[in-house]
Amino acid sequence: MTDTPVLELRNICKRFGAVVASNDVSLDLRPGEIHALIGPNGAGKSTLIAQIAGTLPSDAGQVMFEGRDVTGLDAVARARAGLGRTFQISSLAMEFTVLQNAVLGAVGQARTAFSLLRPVMKDRVLVAAAEAALEAVGLAEFRALRTDELSHGQRRQLEVAVALTLRPRAFLMDEPMAGLGMEGTAAMTGFLDTLRQRAPILLVEHDMDAVFRLADRISVLVYGEIVATGRPDEIRADAAVRSAYLGEATP
Amino acid sequence: MTFVLLVEQVLNGLQFGVMLFLMAAGLTLIFGVMGLINLAHGSLYMVGAFAAATVAGATGSFLLALAASLGAAALAGALVELTVIRRLYGRDHLDQVLATFALILIFSEGTRWLFGSFPLYLDIPPALSGPVALPFGIDYPRYRLALIGIGLAVAAALFLLISRTRLGIQIRAGEEDREMIAALGVDISKLYTLVFALGAALAGLAGALIGAIQSVQVGMGEPVLILAFVVIVIGGIGSIRGALVGAILVGLTDTLGRALLPVLFGLVMEPAAAMSAGASLASMAIYILMAAVLILRPRGLFGRA
Amino acid sequence: MRREHRLNALILGLVLAVPLWAWATSEPFTITLATRAVIFAIAGVGLNLALGTGGLVSLGHAAFFGIGGYAMGILASHAQTYTPLFEWPFVLEGTKSMPVIWLLAVAASALAALMIGALSLRTSGVYFIMITLAFGQMFYYFMISWPAYGGEDGLSIYVRNGFPGLNTLDPIQFFALSFAILCAVLYLVTRLRASAFGLALGAARQNEARTRAVGIDPYRVRLLAFTLSGAITGLAGALFADLNRFVSPVMFSWHTSGELIVFIILGGVGRLMGPVLGAALYVALEHHLGGLSDYWQIYFGAILLGVVLFARGGLIGLIVGRETAHD
Repeated sequence: MTDTPVLELRNICKRFGAVVASNDVSLDLRPGEIHALIGPNGAGKSTLIAQIAGTLPSDAGQVMFEGRDVTGLDAVARARAGLGRTFQISSLAMEFTVLQNAVLGAVGQARTAFSLLRPVMKDRVLVAAAEAALEAVGLAEFRALRTDELSHGQRRQLEVAVALTLRPRAFLMDEPMAGLGMEGTAAMTGFLDTLRQRAPILLVEHDMDAVFRLADRISVLVYGEIVATGRPDEIRADAAVRSAYLGEATP
Repeated sequence: MTFVLLVEQVLNGLQFGVMLFLMAAGLTLIFGVMGLINLAHGSLYMVGAFAAATVAGATGSFLLALAASLGAAALAGALVELTVIRRLYGRDHLDQVLATFALILIFSEGTRWLFGSFPLYLDIPPALSGPVALPFGIDYPRYRLALIGIGLAVAAALFLLISRTRLGIQIRAGEEDREMIAALGVDISKLYTLVFALGAALAGLAGALIGAIQSVQVGMGEPVLILAFVVIVIGGIGSIRGALVGAILVGLTDTLGRALLPVLFGLVMEPAAAMSAGASLASMAIYILMAAVLILRPRGLFGRA
Repeated sequence: MRREHRLNALILGLVLAVPLWAWATSEPFTITLATRAVIFAIAGVGLNLALGTGGLVSLGHAAFFGIGGYAMGILASHAQTYTPLFEWPFVLEGTKSMPVIWLLAVAASALAALMIGALSLRTSGVYFIMITLAFGQMFYYFMISWPAYGGEDGLSIYVRNGFPGLNTLDPIQFFALSFAILCAVLYLVTRLRASAFGLALGAARQNEARTRAVGIDPYRVRLLAFTLSGAITGLAGALFADLNRFVSPVMFSWHTSGELIVFIILGGVGRLMGPVLGAALYVALEHHLGGLSDYWQIYFGAILLGVVLFARGGLIGLIVGRETAHD
């Protein structure tokens, strides 16, 4: 784990009025790893993801991606630079078919959004990329369904599939297991386990079983501050984490 | 352009501005509280003017005419809210635009059917006619000065209403959080009808007051409506203070542009060409102002980020 | 979907059949009405690209309709008086040739749409509606106060402009020309909607955050859609001016913008043929209701209100049901 990080946050801060959403957060994501970000509700996990993805500007600090300072870039530019995110609340084009949503990602990746006259759903390369992504998350059979006809769990899977089509060099995943059910969670866990070979994953997740099975490292965020970072066994033993999560008094 | 003329134009701009405020305040309130874009607001302005002209014609009393304008516009507003508008709150803006566009057609043609196509006239009351002498030897129409006074008084009353009364608290709560206000036990549908009627009454009053210096005719509300939109874009949606500042900016820009631009062009052009170039540019001045605000502050001067 | 295809063919067939029948029975006025409907349809199809596909509720498309109209009026009036429009930096002569006029109408309205779009697309929702309305109205007041081309009175053109190989004064030939343009525009818009650009535009309407997250800038996609939309509406404006051989600031009035939206909602928002059916219906209602009563707009307003409140999919929606996902 001595590789240079793919993604690095340096002293990131965000305030909403008197509320400190992220306070001097520094963490990094290294090649081949799943770095889980956990913490109680309201700890600022989604705010942090938004700051990394570029949808929410930071008050202070730097975001470095592949050695490059991307702090000044907006969400579009960061996606193009190779950051693929999934949203905590499914954020899809609900009137499109499942396949169309995936093709949209492929269009973004291929940067052909200004191709005006060629029928996009007949573009073999883009459609093949989209279908491969759907296949990978187990949605291939639902490709022709309208997205608003999918179950919540299936929408989580589609979120991941769209991120795959972007062929990102780092994934930001905000609760990809939410609403998946036992079987779905197991499948998604197995899938993410192999996905880390393609690109490292910064994973926000509430399912602790999945987190402790998958994560190479875990960071714990409480009130906008990282109180601990370490291997799963270290985190399990950490006093500050126990106090934050279980309300146990620190000795 | 002499100093006296300039002061007169500034006063004209102010007068125009405060009347625009009466329109814009209602629009911005209705948008802020109910999230509704109401194109038919200009029709309520027209209703107020026609009610005033009719009552003034029958009774000869300007005060009664003003009361009638407030009453008729509020009534028309409440009626429209109860029958049509309340079905539109949850709808997208396109539906709101079309439905209120349909209301304009109905209001305009309905008024034409009732009153005919010829304009009506509303006389300035004797007590307010003629000029008034201001310092520096400026003579200014008493009625227009009264309009400035009335407009500012209404603005002050509106600020008090919103900051000090129960209704005002409910309105502000409604702007902050629509679900919250229902949880507080406020009868939302009654509040909405009330706010809509209040906005309508302000528009109706403006229609009556302006009706006395222009003619009262079908379609009179539409140019004012569009200017009120410009005011709201400049001031920021949902902000009464923004509406006041925006209205006065628009009033002054438009009036002074029309007065000064031809003169300015006259310094470098032949008189005839300067007149037409100045007039053409003046007709675009407020939109250029709007574009400038948009570039600098896309949410308006007082809009929330 | 298949049902909508068949309905589309039926609508286009009817739009073609009515004037052909009128031609056979020598009723030139009906042909003119059909031409009017076809030209409105072109304008509506243009607006629908922004409004239906892109979700951009523009209440200012009269600006582009008017610019197209004045492109025709100005070029033809200069050709009429044999004076150039300007001589510096190059000489631009007037013209009576429709293809040249169309080219300039499209270029001018696209440029205006690009500028208005660049400003107003910085905002969204109700702001966008009010700002497009305001900019549209700016052109209206400008044309009224600018005396060079008739001011409030507008401009009359004595003879309809020409098209190589056609006698445009013959109503059925001018209809055929307009109909051909409608078909070309429909084909273009179909291609646009099915392209990667159309997908991105639809995505930007449905979910802006999603569009950004895949690295597509919604602003640029919308700006292009708005520009193309304005250009098509501008082309319709040039045809409309030629139909009437007259242009006036009324083309710029916000009622025109409202009517364009009405075509779309009557037919069905986001449907390819929505504006075509809507425009045909509008012209038919205008003609028949207008014949019944001077105050026909009251009835029209009531019909419109009914459609908005109770039949949101428009007529096509009523016939074929909810829009199904395609492909």
